[in-house]
Amino acid sequence: MARIELNEIVHSYHRNPKGESDYALKRIHNVWEEGGAYALLGPSGCGKTTLLNIVSGLLTPTRGRVLYDGKDVTELPPEKRNIAQVFQFPVLYDTMTVFDNLAFPLRNRGVEKEETTRRVLEVAEILELTPFLKKRAAGLAADAKQKISLGRGLVRSDVAAILFDEPLTVIDPQMKWHLRRKLKEIHEQLKLTLIYVTHDQVEAMTFADQVAVMFEGEIVQVGSPEDLFENPEHRFVGYFIGSPGMNFLECTIEGNVARVDGAGIVLDDETAAKGRKAKGKLELGIRPTHLEVHDEALDGRAQATVKTVEDLGSYKIVTLVLAHKTLRATLPEEKPVPEGEVWLAFPPKWTRLFADGWLIG
Amino acid sequence: MEKWSNNKAWFLVLPVFVVVAFSAIIPLMTVINYSFQDIFGPGQSIFVGTEWFKEMLANERLHDALWRQFLFSGLVLLIEMPLGILIALAMPKRGWGVSASLVTIALPLLIPWNTIGTIWIIFTRPDIGLFGAGMNNLLGIPFDHTARWLDAWITVMLMEVWHWTPLVALLAYAGLRAIPEVYYQAAKIDGASAWSTFFYIQLPKMRGVLTIAFLLRFMDSFLIYAEPFVLTGGGPGNSTTFLSIYLVKIALLQFDLGPGGAFSLIYFVIVLLFSFIFYQALQRVGKGEKV
Amino acid sequence: MSMSLQNIDKIVGREIHLKDIHLEFETGSRNVILGRTMAGKTSLLRIMAGLDRPSKGRILINGRDVTGVSVRKRSVAMVYQLFINYPSLTVYQNIASPLKITGVKKTEIDRRVRETAEMLHIEDLLDRLPAELSGGQQQRIAIARALIKNADLLLMDEPLVNLDYKLREELRNELHGIFSQRQAIVVYTTTEPTEALMLGGNIVVIDEGRVLQTGPTPQVYHNPETLRVAEVFSDPPINYLKGTVQGDTARLGQDIEIPLDGHLKSLPAGNYTFGVRCNHLFLSRIDKEDAEIQTKVELSEISGSETFIHVVYGDSQLVVQEDGIHPRQIGSEISIYVNPCCFFVYDGEKTLVASPSRISIQERLK
Repeated sequence: MARIELNEIVHSYHRNPKGESDYALKRIHNVWEEGGAYALLGPSGCGKTTLLNIVSGLLTPTRGRVLYDGKDVTELPPEKRNIAQVFQFPVLYDTMTVFDNLAFPLRNRGVEKEETTRRVLEVAEILELTPFLKKRAAGLAADAKQKISLGRGLVRSDVAAILFDEPLTVIDPQMKWHLRRKLKEIHEQLKLTLIYVTHDQVEAMTFADQVAVMFEGEIVQVGSPEDLFENPEHRFVGYFIGSPGMNFLECTIEGNVARVDGAGIVLDDETAAKGRKAKGKLELGIRPTHLEVHDEALDGRAQATVKTVEDLGSYKIVTLVLAHKTLRATLPEEKPVPEGEVWLAFPPKWTRLFADGWLIG
Repeated sequence: MEKWSNNKAWFLVLPVFVVVAFSAIIPLMTVINYSFQDIFGPGQSIFVGTEWFKEMLANERLHDALWRQFLFSGLVLLIEMPLGILIALAMPKRGWGVSASLVTIALPLLIPWNTIGTIWIIFTRPDIGLFGAGMNNLLGIPFDHTARWLDAWITVMLMEVWHWTPLVALLAYAGLRAIPEVYYQAAKIDGASAWSTFFYIQLPKMRGVLTIAFLLRFMDSFLIYAEPFVLTGGGPGNSTTFLSIYLVKIALLQFDLGPGGAFSLIYFVIVLLFSFIFYQALQRVGKGEKV
Repeated sequence: MSMSLQNIDKIVGREIHLKDIHLEFETGSRNVILGRTMAGKTSLLRIMAGLDRPSKGRILINGRDVTGVSVRKRSVAMVYQLFINYPSLTVYQNIASPLKITGVKKTEIDRRVRETAEMLHIEDLLDRLPAELSGGQQQRIAIARALIKNADLLLMDEPLVNLDYKLREELRNELHGIFSQRQAIVVYTTTEPTEALMLGGNIVVIDEGRVLQTGPTPQVYHNPETLRVAEVFSDPPINYLKGTVQGDTARLGQDIEIPLDGHLKSLPAGNYTFGVRCNHLFLSRIDKEDAEIQTKVELSEISGSETFIHVVYGDSQLVVQEDGIHPRQIGSEISIYVNPCCFFVYDGEKTLVASPSRISIQERLK
């Protein structure tokens, strides 16, 4: 296990980067404590794979340092850093059996036969691969292959950290649950430092204790899944996390009320005060789960029209139009399907205010 | 029969059929015909059944030529395959060096085959050849491919390897380029040595192209004619008389069309049989790769 | 246009890719084919397109047998998992390519290309080359190219699977809108139950080359006919408990007894499997009829606004979905509650014999 620090990392794939857009990573400065499960979450092209490769040593950053337990490893190649990486596509040695695949990293390091066998059997047990040990790795299903990739990292008892680069991409949805559970179990059992890169917010949130959201080469927010969900510091985090993402409405503040094209939404005093002082484009943000849909008009509720309703089994997604803007709300399974005109309530507890994209209240 | 919906296409293909018929099928039929006949002169022949086949199969000189041929093809494969792979591994992956090395490597493949024979004759001549003269005069090693059978063999082998290894190298290079980068990354992380990376990742993933290279080199080398013929004429003595050279001697020089025809067919069957065996064997190596 | 697949089999060597497929599709219908990887979805799509011939059976379009007709003669458009575009043509030329072949007039092509590009929000990219664009944009080009043909049959083979999560959401919403404006038969394959539910329309659940169930999507979701359909069509996975029915009660697992009421009444005696979805399991008792299950917590996963608690009861692993954030101590013992009206009951043949009535669920959850 290692404590991993990223000091002022900047990276560009161009030899002479000119503008901001030439940089894949603009400025990354972050610490990952020993034994934690972390996720790097962001859309394609945000730089997460670049960052992961810098952490693992497959890439040397243009500027900045990487420290493992205080030691500068920036110039060291991956094998000297003692990390393991699981890739998007199962990477195996096709000609070897499952046993040999798992033993490979140990044999390369000169570990003696008995110890190797012991470790391999132990890891195979954890990953439920024991019945397959004698089989050729090439003939197995995708999830078994990914387990083998993972196993090659686990056999090394002194591994500093295990890095995952979107490892569940080729796995069936049902198997994804099983593998995620396995990863969590392994984390509980072995207390390894695990860093997981993904664009899937469900994966990131269920796996990690702490999620770092990346956007265009920068880490926008780091926090627990709860934090990111309830208090997104940036508009992007509000949008990217949650399915569907946060609703945003441009507004102006009048006293304690946010005005959206005529409709008035009551805010709590604190938020309203901050809103009055703020400069820049003001937006109201509320998550679809928190938006309440009622069929009665009451004070403080805004009128909206129901456009479509999607039934997803355990919940429904209602698309609404409020003053020419589209909003989404999620309703639990048992609530009746609303139609036509409805009244929306914005509980002040969950209504957030953003100025120029940043959270103010 | 629905796939034949576009009948017009078949008319366009007809000329090809006609040409192939004339240049390949009819001559093949002729050869088969000859193999069962004893031909005295134009228009005079007797049906002799399988006599030529029996005679050829018992022919001592044929056996000698056959063993020589196997030895030759064996050596060719043994040298060219590893050498080609090594060259492919050494070639650059990116940048202008890629095109430069590809062109340089491919040059020997572009030279007409009998010209190759001529090049090597001159190259190895003890009086004016760079190699021949160098060996004899500078190094004091007597070298004359027209005089000693060992020198003739060495020359033929050098010529053959120089000529055809580039093909193996190019095919291997294509195979190498197709391997995704992640495999090398994973190998680095697993602490694999260069040899392990080669043996466990590169070689298995090149299996397809290497099979093609192997079969092509086997078939071509087994059928080789122009280069050794121009170089040594089959000599000194019989030492470099390979199967095709021997066949030409019988059929054209001795005008034994019957035995020649029979032998051609045997030759064909041998090449086909061994190609089949090799192919099956190569497919079995690394079985289970299909998911 | 209507399409009908009758008795289709596709057997390659000794592998059965498809068996006994009977499907009917109506004009303007939206059809989702849901199945795991290698279930036969792509094979089925290829046969519908005319790229492959079935080993047995026929395809009828508008009543006419087109089984052997080549794909070029059919009115079909297809979008693939990999963003397939002509790399040397600009976006404009890519989208225009299907029309160029049919000899449509230049002005008409221009109009339609711009119209379709606007529908997919790529009208600003018409002069670029596909390689310069992101995955999402490339897939939009491929979709535009398929839509512009106005084909009678629009086939999409997991088109969003290689895209980002968020991008997938966005494109799905857009496709939703696009499909409702078309008269074509849309057939969309996916491995994700949530995606199937979001697209709505009709669903075909396929597994190991056979069709397990078809029907309107919500209906199949709430009434999975076999255990396998319930498994394939649920995300998170459905929970099972084995039980026996004797007289008026059912005994689940080692110690759970439930009275046979409501939809469970008059179940004949025997062994059954009881299925329940994770959002119907609760951490506190709500009604007096709720059955209590004593479990041990194995894991708790937090996904923003909900918590998934993985528990074990005997040798069954169950998943409970709970609103809000509730981290649980691993190894702690908790009781979970379930109202029997939420059970799906499957007999020994793994066929559905009783499914919860929607009304009673809604009543009970209020």
